[in-house]
Amino acid sequence: MYGFEALTFNINDGYLEAIVRGYRSGLLTAADYNNLCQCETLDDIKMHLTATEYGPYLQNEPSPLHTTTIVEKCTLKLVEEYKHMMCQATEPLSKFLEYITYGHMIDNVVLIVTGTLHERDVHELLEKCHPLGMFDSIASLAVAQNMRELYRLVLVDTPLAPYFSECITSEDLDDMNIEIMRNTLYKAYLEDFYKFCEKLGGATAEIMCDLLAFEADRRAVNITINSIGTELTRDDRKKLYSNFGLLYPYGHEELAVCEDIDQVRGAMEKYPPYQSIFAKLSYGESQMLDKAFYEEEVKRLCLAFEQQFHYGVFFAYMRLREQEIRNLMWISECVAQNQKTRVHDSVVFIF
Amino acid sequence: MRGEGCCPTMDLMRSEEMQLVQIIIPIESSHLTLSYLGDLGLLQFKDLNADKSPFQRTYATQIKRCGEMARKLRYLKEQMVKAGIAPSSLPQAPPKLDLDDLEITLGEMEAELIEVNANSEKLQRTYNELLEYNHVLQKAGEFFHTAQRSAVAQQRESEGQQSAESSLESPLLHEQEMSTDPSKQVKVGFISGLVPKEKAMAFERILFRATRGNMFLRQEPVDTPVTDPVSGEKVAKNVFVVFFSGERAKTKILKICEAFGANRYPFPEEFGKQLQALEEVSGRTKELKTTIDLGLLHRDSILKNIASQYEQWSYLVRKEKSIYHTLNMLSLDVTKKCLVAEGWSPVFAANKIKDALHRATLDSNSQVGSIFQVLQTKEAPPTYFQTNKFTTAFQEIVDAYGVAKYREANPGVFTIVTFPFLFAVMFGDWGHGICLFLCTLILIIREKKLSSQKLGDIMEMMFGGRYVIIMMSIFSIYTGLIYNEFFSVPFELFGKSAYACRDSSCSDATTAGLIKVRRTYPFGVDPEWHGSRSELPFLNSLKMKMSILIGVAQMNLGIILSYFNAKFFRNSINVWYQFVPQLIFLNSLFGYLSVLIIIKWCTGSTADLYHVMIYMFLSPTDDLGENQLFPGQKMLQIVLLLLALVSVPWMLIPKPLLLKKQHEQRHQGHQYTALESTDESVEIEQASHENNSHGHGEEFEFSEVFVHQLIHTIEFVLGAVSNTASYLRLWALSLAHSELSAVFYEKVLLLAWGFNNVVILIVGIIVFVFATIGVLLVMETLSAFLHALRLHWVEFQNKFYEGDGYKFAPFSFALISEEEE
Repeated sequence: MYGFEALTFNINDGYLEAIVRGYRSGLLTAADYNNLCQCETLDDIKMHLTATEYGPYLQNEPSPLHTTTIVEKCTLKLVEEYKHMMCQATEPLSKFLEYITYGHMIDNVVLIVTGTLHERDVHELLEKCHPLGMFDSIASLAVAQNMRELYRLVLVDTPLAPYFSECITSEDLDDMNIEIMRNTLYKAYLEDFYKFCEKLGGATAEIMCDLLAFEADRRAVNITINSIGTELTRDDRKKLYSNFGLLYPYGHEELAVCEDIDQVRGAMEKYPPYQSIFAKLSYGESQMLDKAFYEEEVKRLCLAFEQQFHYGVFFAYMRLREQEIRNLMWISECVAQNQKTRVHDSVVFIF
Repeated sequence: MRGEGCCPTMDLMRSEEMQLVQIIIPIESSHLTLSYLGDLGLLQFKDLNADKSPFQRTYATQIKRCGEMARKLRYLKEQMVKAGIAPSSLPQAPPKLDLDDLEITLGEMEAELIEVNANSEKLQRTYNELLEYNHVLQKAGEFFHTAQRSAVAQQRESEGQQSAESSLESPLLHEQEMSTDPSKQVKVGFISGLVPKEKAMAFERILFRATRGNMFLRQEPVDTPVTDPVSGEKVAKNVFVVFFSGERAKTKILKICEAFGANRYPFPEEFGKQLQALEEVSGRTKELKTTIDLGLLHRDSILKNIASQYEQWSYLVRKEKSIYHTLNMLSLDVTKKCLVAEGWSPVFAANKIKDALHRATLDSNSQVGSIFQVLQTKEAPPTYFQTNKFTTAFQEIVDAYGVAKYREANPGVFTIVTFPFLFAVMFGDWGHGICLFLCTLILIIREKKLSSQKLGDIMEMMFGGRYVIIMMSIFSIYTGLIYNEFFSVPFELFGKSAYACRDSSCSDATTAGLIKVRRTYPFGVDPEWHGSRSELPFLNSLKMKMSILIGVAQMNLGIILSYFNAKFFRNSINVWYQFVPQLIFLNSLFGYLSVLIIIKWCTGSTADLYHVMIYMFLSPTDDLGENQLFPGQKMLQIVLLLLALVSVPWMLIPKPLLLKKQHEQRHQGHQYTALESTDESVEIEQASHENNSHGHGEEFEFSEVFVHQLIHTIEFVLGAVSNTASYLRLWALSLAHSELSAVFYEKVLLLAWGFNNVVILIVGIIVFVFATIGVLLVMETLSAFLHALRLHWVEFQNKFYEGDGYKFAPFSFALISEEEE
């Protein structure tokens, strides 16, 4: 169907595109955020949110609210919307939608494995998992002692199985290993997703490859920054970078040898799209980097809605909603802990 | 009040006169005042705090309280629904309820219910666990039993084999085995329990992988779905027994069980203990059951108590919430002693509002009364029509297109007659009309009962438009009589047909041999036309011409209404440069055609009207020849054509020029007026501010106005032709309807009749009935309805209707209770 999306797209996916665009218009606006930021208590936040699309999910909550309840209910809405779309989707859109959840699956696997390593209760961990990344046997992850067992017992049944091929070792699990596992998995996942999108072709490929490339680059930067000062070797570090994106391959070589944040900055500023991100930060600062990246991502995701007849809107919508939930969580936490001065630190306006 | 005297009130012609009023209410009586005003329901409050977010407003806490109470009520309702108790709708004598009291009561009720539920849930959980245990005991018992039996059988078999082939080696080997066994023996343990059926496969797989196959799993589905103790839902489950060896395997398996939500239950190995456990379990189940039943009884009595007052409470809460919402729209005075309200109300309601304010002051023992005053404003007031249950539906038809501008001529009045009539022209069959009439009559007779209960989506729509439908059916009986069709069969209702056969050779199928023997058939179409060869040409010509007459008449009505609008709003430009040329243009072409049609009908001339109309444009100076209907026709046509040609630039050019001139004049005197208005009303800074900004936005752009007028003119000129043609749908649909019903009658009913077979006849009648109901009564009604709707919205209303007003939405308790659920 390359290049002829306008002709054929609506046969199968027109309805869902309409749905997702409708969902998008339910995202909170800057005016909403302004109002939310002025809230004094969590009840105020609830009252404000009941006037939005979140209304039906929050209105039956008894009054002493917690941040977790708000976040939980908001996530529930996202999950229900996702499920609705999933039910209606046909191939290859359904496959595409599944891909969106793999990231959460990886996070959940890592969460449970780390949790069991620190001897937390499995049920407590399960509650913390993102509902989009749930799979049947997720709880039995707790049984595994090392990667090989993890793979053989549980993950072989999940869509994550192919990504594991690179990280099967018999080493016992520890924090470092798990983090490496997460990044290896993510790398494999992103590359797979990238290939899948390329295969879909047309506007989907164009937009999604762009978004995924950004994601890959962001991960590369984060890996670099997080691994500074750890015992991770340069080669190992380089192995964790995804093999696509704007930074691939020369940027990766530079990032691999970085020893502090300013070197990262130097490497990144050679790429015009990232120059603007780093231009916002003062030298030696890495705290605000996350926010800057999120802002850039939101900008790119919003742009995805400017084109029609492609799957990027689904990805963009899910990501935007997740960003919105992160925002809500931050705002509620600030309100709950009386840190209202910091409200604006981490909130990324979507519109 | 008004309209007293000889004439009926003309309320619907134009919307009610509105005024912007300001009320200053002392804060202590504000709640009661609003409650009285809500009962009255004739005041639409303006939001004076639009810039404040909901929780910054004065009464945010009260609204939060109401929201909390509403949530509690929803919880109670949910509980009632779960228990199958319907809230009684009996209107009890309401004891004076205070909001604070209610809040306490609701809190208590909720707490009590939650406690009762928690208790019964705990009991229920134990009960379900026991039930599951029971299942495990039974099923697992079966496993062991069958296993034992087969083991015994095997042993016997092997013993038999042993005795049969008592070779030299075999006892030795056997002994060896026997001797090695105890030394190597590992402890084989087992775990039994229940696992949800859908997870059973994955469960088995994981078990297998985790123990590397060193386990043995037996599963057996439980026949009936089991209530899961944790979630309380009914789930299909499997009983499983898994055997394993070693402690490590055990911990693994336990973890897996936990992960899969498999409930484990201890299973005694000995048969005697099993029996004992089974007995114990069933005994405890019985005990629990009675406790649970008692708990349920208690809960039901609480819920019944709630149910009797539920409606009243929820009404009170909704009412309070709406009062506080409205109070939030009022602005607080600087002294914080009184609230200032602004809003729209109909002029006639002023006394009622004053009265309500007065009562509220008295009842709340306030020392200061409320102040009521009328404000001057240039804002467009809302549109308010006082409709009754008959006119509402017709007004809705108009409102669906656009709410009338304030005080603009309301097409709704005319719609009451023209809409059903146009429908009936397309649906002319008095048999079908009677069916429709009877169906709607049922709705109207049962009106009281039906309006109180909840209907389905489609029924709701039918019920809402019942008076429209009944008018439609009455009119279609009338047009059906004119068309002389009863399920497509003609009747000689008004005397004998005027025609008869000249001699015996003439058949039904032809009119050639017919001669007129009596006076013309007095009403409608002569029955003799039906089924004759010239039926279609005759009816087509009749209906086509009729459609044009109706269309031209309705469009003229539209143009005339535009005159009344222009006159009412004192807009002489619109009268002279829009209404007059439009009237001339339409009538010089299509008005003339209508006149020709009538002349042709009266004189029985054979002139070809197509020819006349076409050559009027192509060669107006040519002789008409045989198509001349009256002397001097040629001259008249030339005059009319010239008039039409003149009226086009007349519509196009003067109006924008005059508007420009007017604007320039006004602009010179602008500063004076602006100053005056600010002097006049100090208190409405906001309003004057809006005025200013409004005046600012009124920048006169000549090119824009001219283009607008150009579009308008082109639309009207082309529209005159296309709209007239559009009215031909009246003919087309009427033709389709009569042909369809004729087909069903002849090809189904008469054909079946012809077989002289009862079975075929019954089948035929059934098919006929369903086709009539499904196709003619439902689908045709819908399509004729839609076409009538279109003719009103497009062809009629575009001649005069602006429809850019907004509806009057008063603060009224009656509306609130309708709104929710």
